[in-house]
Amino acid sequence: MPTPRPESWLYPTERGLFCAPGQFHIDPHLPVERAVITHGHGDHARSGHGSVLATHETIEIMKVRYGADCAGAFQPANGAQSINGVTVKLVPAGHILGSAQIVLDWQGSRAVVSGDYKRSPDPTCAPFELVPCDLFITEATFGLPVFRHEPADKEARRLLASLDANPERTHLLGAYNLGKCQRMIALTREAGYDRPIYLHGGMRNLCDLYVQLGVDLGDLRNVMDSEPAELRGALVMCPPSALSDRWSRRLADPLTCYASGWMRVKGRARQHGVELPLVVSDHCDWPELLTTIEETGAAEIWVTHGREDALVHQIGLMGRRGRALALVGFEDEGD
Amino acid sequence: MQPFAELLDRLVYTTARNAKLKLLEDYFREVPDPDRGWALAALTDGLPLRLPIRKTLATILEPHVDPLLYRLSRDYVGDTAETVSLLWPDVRANAPPPSIGDVVAEVSSASSREFPRVLERLLDRLDVKGRFALLKLLSGALRVGVSARLAKTAIAQSFGRAVEEIEEVWHAVTPPYGDMFAWLEGRGERPDPGRKATFRPVMLAHPIEEGDWQGLAPADIAAEWKWDGIRVQLSARPGDVRLFSRAGDDISGAFPDIVQAFAHTEGVLDGELLVLRDRAVAPFNDLQQRLNRKSVTGKMLQDYPAHIRLYDILFDAQEDVRELSFLERRVRLEAWYERFLPSLADVSALVPFAAFSELEEKWRQARENGIEGLMLKRKDSPYLAGRPKGHWYKWKRAALTLDCVLMYAQRGSGKRSSYYSDYTFGVWKTPDELVPVGKAYSGFTDEELLRLDRWIRTNTVERFGPVRQVAPGLVLEIAFDAVQPSSRHKSGVALRFPRVHRIRWDKPAREAETLAAVQALIPS
Repeated sequence: MPTPRPESWLYPTERGLFCAPGQFHIDPHLPVERAVITHGHGDHARSGHGSVLATHETIEIMKVRYGADCAGAFQPANGAQSINGVTVKLVPAGHILGSAQIVLDWQGSRAVVSGDYKRSPDPTCAPFELVPCDLFITEATFGLPVFRHEPADKEARRLLASLDANPERTHLLGAYNLGKCQRMIALTREAGYDRPIYLHGGMRNLCDLYVQLGVDLGDLRNVMDSEPAELRGALVMCPPSALSDRWSRRLADPLTCYASGWMRVKGRARQHGVELPLVVSDHCDWPELLTTIEETGAAEIWVTHGREDALVHQIGLMGRRGRALALVGFEDEGD
Repeated sequence: MQPFAELLDRLVYTTARNAKLKLLEDYFREVPDPDRGWALAALTDGLPLRLPIRKTLATILEPHVDPLLYRLSRDYVGDTAETVSLLWPDVRANAPPPSIGDVVAEVSSASSREFPRVLERLLDRLDVKGRFALLKLLSGALRVGVSARLAKTAIAQSFGRAVEEIEEVWHAVTPPYGDMFAWLEGRGERPDPGRKATFRPVMLAHPIEEGDWQGLAPADIAAEWKWDGIRVQLSARPGDVRLFSRAGDDISGAFPDIVQAFAHTEGVLDGELLVLRDRAVAPFNDLQQRLNRKSVTGKMLQDYPAHIRLYDILFDAQEDVRELSFLERRVRLEAWYERFLPSLADVSALVPFAAFSELEEKWRQARENGIEGLMLKRKDSPYLAGRPKGHWYKWKRAALTLDCVLMYAQRGSGKRSSYYSDYTFGVWKTPDELVPVGKAYSGFTDEELLRLDRWIRTNTVERFGPVRQVAPGLVLEIAFDAVQPSSRHKSGVALRFPRVHRIRWDKPAREAETLAAVQALIPS
């Protein structure tokens, strides 16, 4: 029996990527009967689905973000399972805690929906696992050859060096609430920083959840409960949007830092008024994207989530078939 | 190259002036010659290298980057040097990173055919920050928010000198300034300006304030018109005539007509650079056409004829007369002018008066073209560098004001980064359409800023990144010096030196000015 063409059984719909024989959606952005979810970021995990298949950690993250009843039923992934004849297996994507690639086998054809992923090490989540496949669906958040991330441990050491060199200035580190925040904390801990780290109110619940799920983050305190004197020379974390907003006025002359792959480009760092840009990302940089595409052996690559144009062009240069998967509603910029 | 690369990287992300100075001072103190000198050249007048950098980059990039991917990357990054520094492969070259001295030596000894290969090898030996610094250095414009003046100030402060002392020797030294650093570090003689036409620090005035009048007697004071051009210094030696801005930038290249007119003279003169037509001073906007150019066309010389109106003399031929009193210098100036009679120049007339009330009457009527107000100078003052207190006063004509409507607000930077503190305001073109006429950042207190910030957040109709468009509901009374025609603004007009005079919380936006009323203020 010839294997079916991938788009005959897996394709984008207005609710999201749909597996027709399995009758489920992957990371749908509108409520559906049955959803399989790669990870907990808001542009992938939404509330209101009938049932959700995801890793245990992703389910817990969704419950913290949207409430315990944000889906009709939760099914923690546990090895390979069959859904209407499609074999579904979740394997680590290395993006954030609980993040998974969705591996689909149907009639001899294998598709891997990677969700967001990275190849560099991260102390807060399981590393990316390579799964050879026929169709690989990749993100392209940093899909331009100018994006090469720095080793994250090196960037953490730069942050600590700056804390040492400027003992009177509060270091205000902007980092995405889920994933980047906890990774930066864990990286500074690995680099030997054992002083308390102060959190913006919006970060507390997810940090607590990480700790509950076994990720050690050390002594964490709330900015809200702290005396201004205590924050002098301390490391304070907040979401990027709070970096230059009214919230930050409570800190006297903070040294603004921002951990993101976008910090590679000076204009982006300046736009945010960042004094210490840290090039740390939970997404693949350009060389990692190309390596992964190569290693999966997939003849067909669908590209989503960012710079489709450049990556699709590059895939063509690599002698493979690349297509932009126009998934409406995935307009978040990532981090 | 590494310390310079680190310096540029830090400067890019530093907004506060003092923090920039600190970075520069540390660099100039710690880095040896000739690298610091080449760095200083890059930050001020540019490296003395002429290279086909843009063309060469395109050639050497080709084997590394697909053209479409390069174009997409360049579009995203917005700067060629930065894009190339990011795209260049990280190869582990066997050679260590080059110093700036190595770079200058290798590049200047390469033929144009060898240059691409030399540049490739240099890029191979550097990391991403180093590549960025290299390309910025070679392309001539660093654009890291450091003016030549700031770099000179940093040099002065690094070695406990006044910036005027650096300016005095600046035009006597050339990159990499080994003799200047030797002098600053006490290892050598002060570089001698010698036979070159050099810049001497300029004397500046304080705005006159209410309390100043009591200490002034009309008999001790000379008054002259404050002409509305730019303050310049003309420095002439036989065979070398230069025109400097008051900050010491050499602007001779843009004014060959002036240079020519003073070719037979000798001395250092202080004056106002103007565009003069039929003996009348043209609006400042005309002079602007001639400024900020490296060279100038014949047509520009004809359309915007330059002229210097002389105020003062610092060197009478080779004699330093700065210690003499204003009145004595004035006599010297008039005699100097009679002796050389340079074309395209005249001596600014003194304004006679017996009592300050009489002078005030003249000040009040000073609204014609080319006059910005009056200067009051003590007759016994020597010519002093900088802005000494109690000698010269500027009495600017009263500002004009207009009621404008706040249209857009942008976040400030540094301490103001969480506040909407930069305001674009407009006037009514039709009863329903506002057009922007200017931007203001100052003229309000911290309390007013808080209230403005709150008002802007609650009246936002649209957001564009750091900019908010607000509903037309707040009137700002804007003070400014003049209205000029402008092709950059949609309204066709621009205000000179606008600042917020008052915030008219009480006034309905409907009652703000019309564009026609603003246009009527353009001097003809």
